[in-house]
Amino acid sequence: MNRITRRFQELSRTGRKALIPYITAGDPRPELTVPMLHTLVAAGADIIELGVPFSDPMADGPVIQKACERALTHGMSLRGVLSLVREFRQTDSETPLVLMGYLNPVESLGYDAFVAGARDAGVDGVLTVDLPPEEAAELAEPLKAAGIATIFLLAPTSSRERICHTAELAQGYLYYVSLKGVTGSAAINVAEVAEKLAMIRTCTDLPVGVGFGIKDPPTAAAVAKVADAVVVGSTLVAKMAELADDPERMRHEVAQLVAAMRQAMDQA
Amino acid sequence: MHNKVDFSQFPDQRGHFGRYGGRFVAETLMEALHELDEAWQNYRNDPEFLAELDADSAHYVGRPTPLYHAEHWSQRLGGAQIYLKREDLNHTGAHKINNTIGQALLAKRMGKTRLIAETGAGQHGVASATVAARLGMECVVYMGAEDIQRQALNVYRMRLLGATVQPVTSGSRTLKDALNEALRDWVANVDDTFYMIGTVAGPHPYPLMVREFQAVIGREAREQMLTDYGCLPDALVACVGGGSNAIGLFHPFLNDAEVVMYGVEAAGSGIETGHHAATLCAGRPGVLHGNRTYLLNDADGQIIETHSVSAGLDYPGVGPEHAWLKDMGRAHYVAVTDDEALRGFHDLTRIEGIIPALESSHALAYVTKLAPTMGPDQSIVVNLSGRGDKDIYTVARLEGIQL
Repeated sequence: MNRITRRFQELSRTGRKALIPYITAGDPRPELTVPMLHTLVAAGADIIELGVPFSDPMADGPVIQKACERALTHGMSLRGVLSLVREFRQTDSETPLVLMGYLNPVESLGYDAFVAGARDAGVDGVLTVDLPPEEAAELAEPLKAAGIATIFLLAPTSSRERICHTAELAQGYLYYVSLKGVTGSAAINVAEVAEKLAMIRTCTDLPVGVGFGIKDPPTAAAVAKVADAVVVGSTLVAKMAELADDPERMRHEVAQLVAAMRQAMDQA
Repeated sequence: MHNKVDFSQFPDQRGHFGRYGGRFVAETLMEALHELDEAWQNYRNDPEFLAELDADSAHYVGRPTPLYHAEHWSQRLGGAQIYLKREDLNHTGAHKINNTIGQALLAKRMGKTRLIAETGAGQHGVASATVAARLGMECVVYMGAEDIQRQALNVYRMRLLGATVQPVTSGSRTLKDALNEALRDWVANVDDTFYMIGTVAGPHPYPLMVREFQAVIGREAREQMLTDYGCLPDALVACVGGGSNAIGLFHPFLNDAEVVMYGVEAAGSGIETGHHAATLCAGRPGVLHGNRTYLLNDADGQIIETHSVSAGLDYPGVGPEHAWLKDMGRAHYVAVTDDEALRGFHDLTRIEGIIPALESSHALAYVTKLAPTMGPDQSIVVNLSGRGDKDIYTVARLEGIQL
């Protein structure tokens, strides 16, 4: 069984919700990424979304755009991300890892090479931001054959028909984008999110994660009440950028932030 | 093989030209694209919409534009007869307005009150600001901070027209980044905002819709050749950045198998130097800005910076229909350097008394190579896509003259 599915089953047995932190691979420097992944796990991450940097991250706000730029400046690439995953897997064979990025680096490497590389490295899911269900079959099928989940986004503007169609193709979990905007935008409206999630659940039994705009423990807790998973990205990436020159302190403060979210969610 | 293709049937319903095109965007934009596609399908053959478009084209833009026989230049080159399709005579000085008046009419019918656009050289930005002023709509133009420095004249024109010019400081601070930023704006303001893409790229239906608005160029040229000279041209030549003026000229001739087509890209300092924007000549297929097409990207799939003396050709992608036409061999894609384009610029200015845009000068430069290989009974239609007033400062600077 895929590690993502197993993790959601474990959580469901204990009545907890998944906390999914996002960081961009190679940001602020490639050698800090694997230690940071372990830090996130220790602080309470259930699943990790690892961003694959791209030169043109159309759906991302300034915080993650700059993270991509920093990572690319240090030579990070899709191949580089896969070797970071391999390194992480040497000491963690349990935590599900999802690669999140854009299609062109995957096209450039080639679908077959990417799928084989991701499988061998120990990737559990792939979320390609600019690959909607209409265009996804060519990549989703070999991923599925390799035991890797294809994760899709849903948006406030997605119709019920679209949501149901997407849910049929999706594996692992669905990622609901909580607002009209890019990553790191203004705070979310939990009541609206709850309403949409109720509609999504009439289409699917897959777990539904919510991301975009979750900045602090109270919001994480509020979202955890209605969703199966809480995705936190820009807030952590901004903290990492702020403390890039002091890796010890960076890990410490990011761990504190994640732990505070974990605690708030578990008490919710 | 391509003789059997009916080019009017492409793209397919989901925007594919063979394996190119499509709709590669985040889910947050899919509904907006559906809404746009629905409106476009609804109005593209609507008699009232078309009548309004025709009236605006005639009275506001100044169409039809002349097809001018450049006799002196033809004689000098000693080969084919050269005909210039005078898109430089359009209101605002380039072909870009053919597209913006069309998209603005659509935006109005969709009840949108805010127009956004990306621009490189500023020509599409000016054409967008122009139609926004006329329709009383708010207009925000995203422009790379680098380009704002290079194109001060057009920035001021946009501001005079009431548009907000929003500097883009992410990435390489040029056209591709402006497009990213416009897409981000659209995602966040999709309820009241219409995104006017300026070229035949982007997610479906943009490559199709922009082509249809620009195809007036080729329809007129085809009719003018038949009426005035009783034959079709032997060759078409147009510059290609994103490719909207080229597809506009080419498309109505695609089913005329005997008409040869050349798209001319910017070789910058020379393709071998790596400083160029010759996407079809030197790139490979990938996915950017919502469509699969040829791209200039590095071995890891990261988009690379382009270089051209002409800001309007400085784009690392190209419209997906061009990618498809290249692969099947229906159109040929070539590249000329900055220096060659500058010679084309001076030649037309001195020989015909027409100052061409630096973008169009790339097409002219290729004509100087092509025409002498053809006979005097043969003909070339070249798209003079814009006028060169905006480039005067660039040319003067390159020649060490301070204005």
